[in-house]
Amino acid sequence: MTIFEVEQGRLRSPFYPRQVEIDRLNLWHNWKGYSSADGFYDTGLEYFAVRNSTGVFDISPMTKYRVSGPDSLDFVDRLVTRDMRKIKPGRVAYAVWCDDDGQVIDDGTIFHLSEGVYRICSQEHHMSWFKAAAIGMDVTIVDETEDVCGLAVQGPTSFSVLKNMGLDGIENLRPFGLTTFDFEGAELMVSRTGFTGDLGYEVWISPDKALALWDALFAAGKLFGIRAIGTHALDHSRIEAGFIQAYVDFLPAHATVRPGRSRSPLELGLEWLVDFKKANFNGRRALAEEKRKGSNWRLVKLDIEGNKEAHNSYIYPRKSGGKECGFITSAVWSPVCKQNVALGTVRAPYGNVGDKLYVEIYYQREMHWSKVIAEATVVDKPFWDPPRKRATPPEPY
Amino acid sequence: MTDRYDVIVIGAGHNGLVCAALLAKAGKKTLVLEANEQVGGAAVTREFAEGYSVSSAAHLLYQLQPTVVKDLGLKVDMAADKLATVALGPDGNHVVIRGNDVSGVSDEDKASYRDFHRRMTRFADLLNTFFNKTAPRLSKEASRSDMLTLAQLGFDVRRLGRKEMQEFLRLIGMNIRDEVVERFASGLLRGAISLDATLGTHLGPRSPNTIFTYLYRLAGNHGALSLPNGGMSGVSEALAHIARDNGVVVRTGMKVSRVMVENGRVAGVETDSGESFASHLVVSNADPKATIMQLVGVKQVETGFTRRIHNIRMRGNAAKLHLALDGLPTISGIEKRHFGDRFLVAPDDAYVERAFNHAKYGETSAKPVFEITFPSFRDTSLAPTGKHVMSAIVQYVPYELRAGWSDAARDDFMKLAIETLGAYMPDLDQRIQASELLTPVDIEEQFHITGGHWHHGELALDQFLFTRPVGGAHQYAMPLDGLYLCGAGTHPGGGVSGGAGRNAARAILKREKAV
Repeated sequence: MTIFEVEQGRLRSPFYPRQVEIDRLNLWHNWKGYSSADGFYDTGLEYFAVRNSTGVFDISPMTKYRVSGPDSLDFVDRLVTRDMRKIKPGRVAYAVWCDDDGQVIDDGTIFHLSEGVYRICSQEHHMSWFKAAAIGMDVTIVDETEDVCGLAVQGPTSFSVLKNMGLDGIENLRPFGLTTFDFEGAELMVSRTGFTGDLGYEVWISPDKALALWDALFAAGKLFGIRAIGTHALDHSRIEAGFIQAYVDFLPAHATVRPGRSRSPLELGLEWLVDFKKANFNGRRALAEEKRKGSNWRLVKLDIEGNKEAHNSYIYPRKSGGKECGFITSAVWSPVCKQNVALGTVRAPYGNVGDKLYVEIYYQREMHWSKVIAEATVVDKPFWDPPRKRATPPEPY
Repeated sequence: MTDRYDVIVIGAGHNGLVCAALLAKAGKKTLVLEANEQVGGAAVTREFAEGYSVSSAAHLLYQLQPTVVKDLGLKVDMAADKLATVALGPDGNHVVIRGNDVSGVSDEDKASYRDFHRRMTRFADLLNTFFNKTAPRLSKEASRSDMLTLAQLGFDVRRLGRKEMQEFLRLIGMNIRDEVVERFASGLLRGAISLDATLGTHLGPRSPNTIFTYLYRLAGNHGALSLPNGGMSGVSEALAHIARDNGVVVRTGMKVSRVMVENGRVAGVETDSGESFASHLVVSNADPKATIMQLVGVKQVETGFTRRIHNIRMRGNAAKLHLALDGLPTISGIEKRHFGDRFLVAPDDAYVERAFNHAKYGETSAKPVFEITFPSFRDTSLAPTGKHVMSAIVQYVPYELRAGWSDAARDDFMKLAIETLGAYMPDLDQRIQASELLTPVDIEEQFHITGGHWHHGELALDQFLFTRPVGGAHQYAMPLDGLYLCGAGTHPGGGVSGGAGRNAARAILKREKAV
């Protein structure tokens, strides 16, 4: 009798064989069914690779849907709040999609691959919602998560790494642009996108070329300080960039049960993504109403005094305390900004840019808890926003 | 050149006419556009063979809301009313139901039926209060009147008294079969009630909430059956007359092909002949699916709403059989003078359930159930002198036939239906001069009802009150400014009742006043 062994448990990224070779920490977590590393050797050093040279993060587990068909533009345009008619082929759009009540289901990037063909990348799975959104429309939606793998190549030397890898013309790629190259007979797609708020790219390829791409990338980057990084370093970077994350800074509307626990794009500081000039999109009526009446919540970027990270802290409008007006959702000490930064949610009318709020931070010293009420200033701009992020062509190193 | 109206009503079904008449009465310049040449929607009389006419879809009047009659001063000329129901026994021993009285059954059944009827009509009266009101909102937007309606619902249920309230709550979600088997020994009586509880639905007597559908049938008039003169067009024409008297412009043969939308607001309608009519208020008497998916288009509405509309269950299961007869057939044990009554072929509850079994799997019933009338017996205008027409609802005939509908499939089923009736009317076959069978697909095509479902959506507790047609859109206003529904797909539901049309008109007037 033969006993068949069925591979079970977490899926492995096509880059996994190279990742285990360099892994010293053995810290892995579950990212939508895939094993994803928290870090490989030292999460602090990995963070500095992103900020000072190049960090490579495996984004293969990212959920990817390909949308095509005669109604594909109408489909994506009704799905998301921004005007997709302005996103031409070869461009990428950061977008949020809402339910009928104007509450955010998820955010993600939409790649306009070619005329009428889109790839929607997001953290969560959305087939059920997309199928519903396709009722009455002539579109085909394919989950291609397993058919495309990708690496985020992020940091000041990332341009030089890709150039050195032989990607001629990469210097012309503008932020949120995408282009393709030949890589060993396969199509290598490169987009100037990322989750670190710095100069950076994402490279996408078919899984059978994954290891060859990894090898070529790391060979090209050897003298540019290239390092594989895990989620810890990425999370650190994205907070500095002021990027929000589902299940951390907001709950996807479909994951909430209690009324008032989901958030609208207006409440998440994403009003620039909402185009009321569009005749119809999911959530339009509710958002127009919210705009008229005012929002309940506001997502704020906080510059906090001191150096105690404000994890999960309550936010108060007054130093003397009283009733709290919100809470911190992401916090980190930013070495590159030399700032104690955080993202938080506060109740209206608090949280206007320039407002002073107070954060109640608890911290431990040799097991004993202490508390500090730190002043926090609401800021407008991302904490980390270097000009090289936008420069085309980027400066070589 | 486009004409401008205050309100355009799509469809001159009875609900559309009631709604239009009430809106016009309140001073709105109202236009009704009907796709067919006749007004009435599925309440019409048509000639199906030379000299022979019959009510093509609905063929008995029993649910017309007294409130509608009163509000509009509606007078329907009746050929007959208070029809008795005869549950046909194959051996000539029939059961006759008249009001709360049954004959042909044991004394125990007789007494039990009286009790059953009393309780059912009492519960139906309770429900009927809410059939004449807009279903309340449960969300945080609930208004004062929503809260009052809800409170009244709770209060009315409580006021039944402890024992009756328990009974009401026990029965409301239950199936009719359990109740009739517990109560009655007579198969014919069980069968007749089972049929009444499932007529026009995709439900069998053992399906949940078939007591509710039975109560639905009794709401308004306790199930008293009438036959309008000239068939169901008698009702529709009377309604159209009242509408016109109030200033409504009714135009037939005008099929609306789309609702025009500008900047998230309704702007008017366009017909398939290319004519357009402008209005900021469009009220659709069409079913919710046809309205949203075809007339408005999903691109104009949002995804969650589209999904809810798309998922409305509305698979028709009833066919209509029309026979032109050169004389009344023989029914053993029935005297000629009783041919004005309603006849049922549903010998017991298990028979009805078995007939339904086929429909679950996309087949027509091998032994269908029937609701039969000979309307020409009371209304001689329907057939040449001495001749007659038979009108029968035949179940179960699924909309989605697995083998697909074709002329051959329709003919085969008609043959089977006539053969089945042969057991009760041995000479029926020889008397047939002409015949017509309308399957749910034909009903969809001819009356523009998605799925050919009478009620514009299955009548079930999950598609009722706050969730009819769908949650969040149950107060007649659709999530597109200026668009309303007024048909059977909205609260309270189907049947020739006018309830939905009346409620919609009231809701529209209230809402537009507030804007």
